[in-house]
Amino acid sequence: MATLAGDGDNTYLSDFFNKLTGIGDAQVDLNATLSCGCQNMSSIPSDSEPAFFVNQPTVLKAKRRLLRMHFESGVGHIGGNLSALDAMLHLHCEVMDENDLFVLSKGHAAGALYVTLWAQGLINDEQLSTFHKDDTFLAAHPAAHWHRHILFATGSLGHGLGLAAGAALGKRLRRQDGTVFCLLSDGECEEGSIWEALLFAHHQKLANLVALVDANGLQGFGSTREVASLEPLADKLRGLGLSVLEIDGHSPAALSAALVKRGDGPQIIVLRTVKGHGVSFMEGKMEWHYLPLEPEQYEQALRELGE
Amino acid sequence: MRNAFCSAMVALAAEKRFLFMTGDLGFMALEPLRVAMGEHFINAGVAEQNMVSVAAGAASVGEQVWTYSIAPFIYARPFEQIRNDVCLHRFDVKLVGNGGGYGYGVMGATHHALEDYGVLCALQTMSVFVPAFAADVAPIVARMAVDPIPGYLRLGRCELPAGWVLPDYKPWRYMLTGERGVLVVVGPNAGSVLAAASLLSARERPHIWILSELPVAAGSIPPACLEQIRSGSALFVLEEHVAQGSAGQMLAYALLECGMLPTRFKHFHARGYLSGRYGSQNFHRAENGIDAGSVLAEIRKIEP
Repeated sequence: MATLAGDGDNTYLSDFFNKLTGIGDAQVDLNATLSCGCQNMSSIPSDSEPAFFVNQPTVLKAKRRLLRMHFESGVGHIGGNLSALDAMLHLHCEVMDENDLFVLSKGHAAGALYVTLWAQGLINDEQLSTFHKDDTFLAAHPAAHWHRHILFATGSLGHGLGLAAGAALGKRLRRQDGTVFCLLSDGECEEGSIWEALLFAHHQKLANLVALVDANGLQGFGSTREVASLEPLADKLRGLGLSVLEIDGHSPAALSAALVKRGDGPQIIVLRTVKGHGVSFMEGKMEWHYLPLEPEQYEQALRELGE
Repeated sequence: MRNAFCSAMVALAAEKRFLFMTGDLGFMALEPLRVAMGEHFINAGVAEQNMVSVAAGAASVGEQVWTYSIAPFIYARPFEQIRNDVCLHRFDVKLVGNGGGYGYGVMGATHHALEDYGVLCALQTMSVFVPAFAADVAPIVARMAVDPIPGYLRLGRCELPAGWVLPDYKPWRYMLTGERGVLVVVGPNAGSVLAAASLLSARERPHIWILSELPVAAGSIPPACLEQIRSGSALFVLEEHVAQGSAGQMLAYALLECGMLPTRFKHFHARGYLSGRYGSQNFHRAENGIDAGSVLAEIRKIEP
């Protein structure tokens, strides 16, 4: 069974762990489970019931629900959802409070956002079951205007960080508390507008902005190394003068430490992740950017995710 | 109109809270606004895509945001940001483009905006304002400021003839009587047209209307203008914009919706760069046959 980054079997993890710096260097308790940052519950809900806290079984449950959504709708984009889901769940349930905002710049991970909101009880199971179907609000990329926790319609890459920077700037001008978190993909960093936004956020010293880059190393038609020589991404970002952390994006402990770190400007967190994380036949495979699950694959994936 | 715009914004800043962002433009024009607005005036740098996204993000937490650049750099470069980030969310973001049409003259085609309001009017929720005179800018700014939706303001060079007393600003203004059809003018070219037409007798010139707000809806055309067209007049439209997506096309469509067919329709519009050579705004107008003299001469050829 493939496992979370907190379990013992880490064979799928690439050699970046050897190069992690900063808090990523900290010895992470790989068996740690997360404490409850949201409303506590005494039992784990079934797949059809939202959870109100994040711990390891609930992460697995959310992943299973994510797969069910995609299987029932017969659609792809699963790999990039699974690479981001650990961080999204952790961020929303363990870190963010009512003053914080979240911007999903990698809009193709909408499924992960919907499941995260479901895990928080902010989207119900009936709504989730409409994912990707006719007459739904839960489009393959987030739609505007229907949910107060989905701030922007995203999906065209390169927009979210500027939007998040604007929200952070607006909050600062309005003397509002809270942090704006923005989740990007690594391939998305090939968009010039991302670098415009980084320059702006750094120059404006937007200390209430945290940008997470889901660096799973794979993009639409190749790896980020093959397509754009994107690495060393963290060093490139540091070259702009930004404060950059590079962590295991599936490690609760690393996420806990990194997501609360603030400086005098925007905080960038490069999440080293695995595309298709948690499902052995998907991990590190570009094709799972696109492919829908066949029934037998779905059954295997569920088993690997603890069903 | 830049100075009129700056003055209007300074006056607005005294009345309400907003954020102003410029794409590194405004030298010798926006300095008073920078002083007046303090931290609410931001030079976003040469990064128009980001400027518009930032504007949308700030609008999402309650700010009204005005963005400013040379016209093509505020509508064309960040088009997807306008479409997705601003218009899809109907955010209170204003786009201000200086030098609409051939306004930047010999600076070249990259600095011209010949399709700006056609492109922007294609976006849901976008309103477009094209002042004809510097005096229009303040009332337009005031109007845009109270309407919390996306808006585009196309600035140009004021060509108000000496001695003219303008009527109060309205989206449609009847400026001059005539007997050779109805001429609807969009933008500052109206000033030069009025100057030339006023030297002609009423028999030699058309009724002249100025249109300053787009898109054109059937219900927005003044009854007096409709009556002039209905009474058998030819309809002429003059604008410094290409035909596709133009005010002329919108007006023709609106008239069709009203069941009205002018006896004749002639559209004076920009056609690009016919000779491949560049020059002043007046050079390009003349080359395209949209200068006041050419337009009025064409109209005089048509039987009343």
